[in-house]
Amino acid sequence: MCDQTFMAATFGPCDSCSKASPLMNIYIKSEAINYCSFCVEMMACQGLQKGETLASLKKESENLKKKLEEERGKLNDVELHQVAEKVEAVAALSLKTRRVLKGHGNKVLCMDWCKDKRRLVSSSQDGKVIVWDAFTLNKEHGITLPCTWVMACAYAPSGCAVACGGLDNKCSVVPLSLDRTENLAAKKKSVAMHTNYVSGCSFTNSDMQLLTSSGDGTCALWDVESGQLLQSFHGHTADVLSLDLAPSETGNTFVSGGCDMKANVWDMRSGQNIQSFESHESDINCVKYYPSGDAFASASDDATCRFYDLRADREVAVYQKDSIIFGASSVDFSLSGRLLFSGHNDYTINIWDVLKGTRVSILFGHENRISRVRVSPDGTALCSASWDNSLRIWA
Amino acid sequence: MTINTLAKGGLQPEQMSCFRKMEKVLVAMQDPDMGMKMRNQRLLITVIPHAMTGHDIITWLIQKYHICEEEALHLGEMLVKYGYIYPLKEPRCLVLRPDESPYRFQTPYFWTSTRWPASELDYAIYLAKKNIRKQGELMEYEKERYSLLHKRINHTWDFVVMQAREQLRASKQRRKADRIVLECQEQAYWLINRPPPGVQNMLDWGLERPNNSSTRVPLVTSNDYYKSEIETSRRALGRNRVKSSVCLEGFVKYSEQYQNHDPIMQGCLPSNPWISDDIAYWTMNSEIVPVPTRLRVERWSFSFMELLSDAMGRREFMTYLEKEFSAENLHFWQACEEIRHGESSKIIEKVEDVYRNFLAPGAARWVNIDSKTMDKTLEGIKRPHRFVMDDAQMHIYFLMKKDSYPRYLKSDLYKNMLAKAVVPQETKKSVFPFMRRQRHSSPSPAQAGAQAAEEDGRAGTNSAAGSHF
Repeated sequence: MCDQTFMAATFGPCDSCSKASPLMNIYIKSEAINYCSFCVEMMACQGLQKGETLASLKKESENLKKKLEEERGKLNDVELHQVAEKVEAVAALSLKTRRVLKGHGNKVLCMDWCKDKRRLVSSSQDGKVIVWDAFTLNKEHGITLPCTWVMACAYAPSGCAVACGGLDNKCSVVPLSLDRTENLAAKKKSVAMHTNYVSGCSFTNSDMQLLTSSGDGTCALWDVESGQLLQSFHGHTADVLSLDLAPSETGNTFVSGGCDMKANVWDMRSGQNIQSFESHESDINCVKYYPSGDAFASASDDATCRFYDLRADREVAVYQKDSIIFGASSVDFSLSGRLLFSGHNDYTINIWDVLKGTRVSILFGHENRISRVRVSPDGTALCSASWDNSLRIWA
Repeated sequence: MTINTLAKGGLQPEQMSCFRKMEKVLVAMQDPDMGMKMRNQRLLITVIPHAMTGHDIITWLIQKYHICEEEALHLGEMLVKYGYIYPLKEPRCLVLRPDESPYRFQTPYFWTSTRWPASELDYAIYLAKKNIRKQGELMEYEKERYSLLHKRINHTWDFVVMQAREQLRASKQRRKADRIVLECQEQAYWLINRPPPGVQNMLDWGLERPNNSSTRVPLVTSNDYYKSEIETSRRALGRNRVKSSVCLEGFVKYSEQYQNHDPIMQGCLPSNPWISDDIAYWTMNSEIVPVPTRLRVERWSFSFMELLSDAMGRREFMTYLEKEFSAENLHFWQACEEIRHGESSKIIEKVEDVYRNFLAPGAARWVNIDSKTMDKTLEGIKRPHRFVMDDAQMHIYFLMKKDSYPRYLKSDLYKNMLAKAVVPQETKKSVFPFMRRQRHSSPSPAQAGAQAAEEDGRAGTNSAAGSHF
């Protein structure tokens, strides 16, 4: 007979996974727990509390989301189109192409207006960034970047620099010099570094800070002078495709939209995700604030644009039409916020009445997808950038 | 067609949903009751059944979607460009003509979404068939591609030729009308999936995304993800929400208030520079002008932000505050803005300046902040950071907004400004509309920046690189 020591082991259904197996009798904070050895290991490795499993966390998350929807619905006492019934309809618009900016050798992916209301910067798949005086059609500056697919570009508020970035995973700031012989690309300064492509960038209220969104699922705020990361924003679970700064008086928030179909509102100071909206059925390609800062619009591959009210904390309008099949890549509001322009993958720009929810007009002219639409700072014109290598100014 | 080997790189969900929607339109078009009336079309001496004219397609689209002719033409053209409808006359030109030109629906077998992606092998077989069937039928670019394929998949060339011959033999046993139809369908398919040079590639989707799809799955199912979702949801539940009726009324009011200021909706006086080529509108509304326009001065009364965002408005407001001996508030606010948005390296220096000028006891421009905020700010100044002045700045901002701003709007200073503000005359439409005005260029803001930077010497002030408010 051997001299063996036995450890008393129980056998039965595990407290966590309910499977019948040999159980480990352990104590956590004086509480007896009978888990099978697999669940004990899971608990230890994944930092779960007692009673938590992946399944239970998922359930709790879903329940909370449901509760959130209920809460949002409680204050929903009227719909936007009902309130808009008393408003006069929008008069017929006659927007025409007033300028065609030709010069890019490949798809134009992004553009941004300068605060002087007539200049703009555009970037293209071939790595070129061009600064135009759109009024005279003059190309004032040309920058050649070493990467292709420059998906993001922005004009600095002072008008003295531009930011651009894309497949190089960086966002660089280039000071604009008037010396024609100078190679602007040489003065380029890398500011933002991401681990995947840069999809959007925007200066904050000054030339000194840059906000970027990236395919690595994060947004980040950078100090231009030092290249230091001031704040990073985590919460998206897929590529972030677009961002926009809030025009509020306290100027502390921005919204981002991405491939996880979510639009998140962030506090720039703390990095926290303040609000989240998940009602699109496909990637959100673009987000843009309503001029008052109390709402924002989003454009998605599901061929709809949606309007979200930040104070009521819910989606208040969906802009869609049966005949619009192709995804929307970009949106912007007119100066008063009454009109919403959406650029689509079927080469058209649709104009919506924001309040009544109807489609007012449609613009034809481009020969390939629209990548970006932007209203000029004083609201006098709309600029559209397209994969047909050109930009158009409509007024 | 041969059996495709397992296609790598399936269609992205975005592309798939687009195809599905187009396919729904197709199905609706072929609905026996609500669909299109189709007829037999003569093609040379053969009669092709189930064809329709371009005009029919457009009419049907107009009726179904209640859209105008231009939009129907555009939508129909998309259907042709993506290969769902193909032309019988001039089959190489994938364009929708709004006339009696005959078109046919593509069979689902040849939909791009069904056979994605088109394989090299199938293309080689197609080109071989064309070559065997009729010498010289291949176009120049097709000949080039054929020889390229011959090099690339040389090892299976016997198979290619054999398949081609088999398919040709099988087709000879069909009725002539069916044979022509099949040839047209196949040709349409390859025009989309292997477009000729110079023709737009409809299947160019750009960059693939999401880019980190490989890491997406573990990210979504990890505990940390759910924990952060729970945290966000809990925080969101605690938010204060405002009733919809109040919020939505806000949007209506805002749009009404700004409607006259929206050039795209109401036009602008004297004229929209983009339309008339006359930059008078911009000249009249430059940052600093002797006499501002009426609309501009009116806008200062819409919100405090509007007043502060306009350089002239801010200047006027400063003048008013000086009369009231409370100008230090605006100076303080401006200095705080410069800290918040300026270079990181200058923060400490600027915070010290602000403390000395505005917060220290006996300071020249001492601002009146409540003691709690003052204590908190003074404590924070010991370890200065970008947001250390936020609370104090907010306090002063709201003080100005609730007190000085409303009084400014009632003051004579503002009222006089409004009275002498100019309302430009609308420019009469040019007598000779064909004569285009010369478009004048304007000085680049970059030039202004460069000059200012030179004047400053050391880049001390933010006037050059800072915001233009």
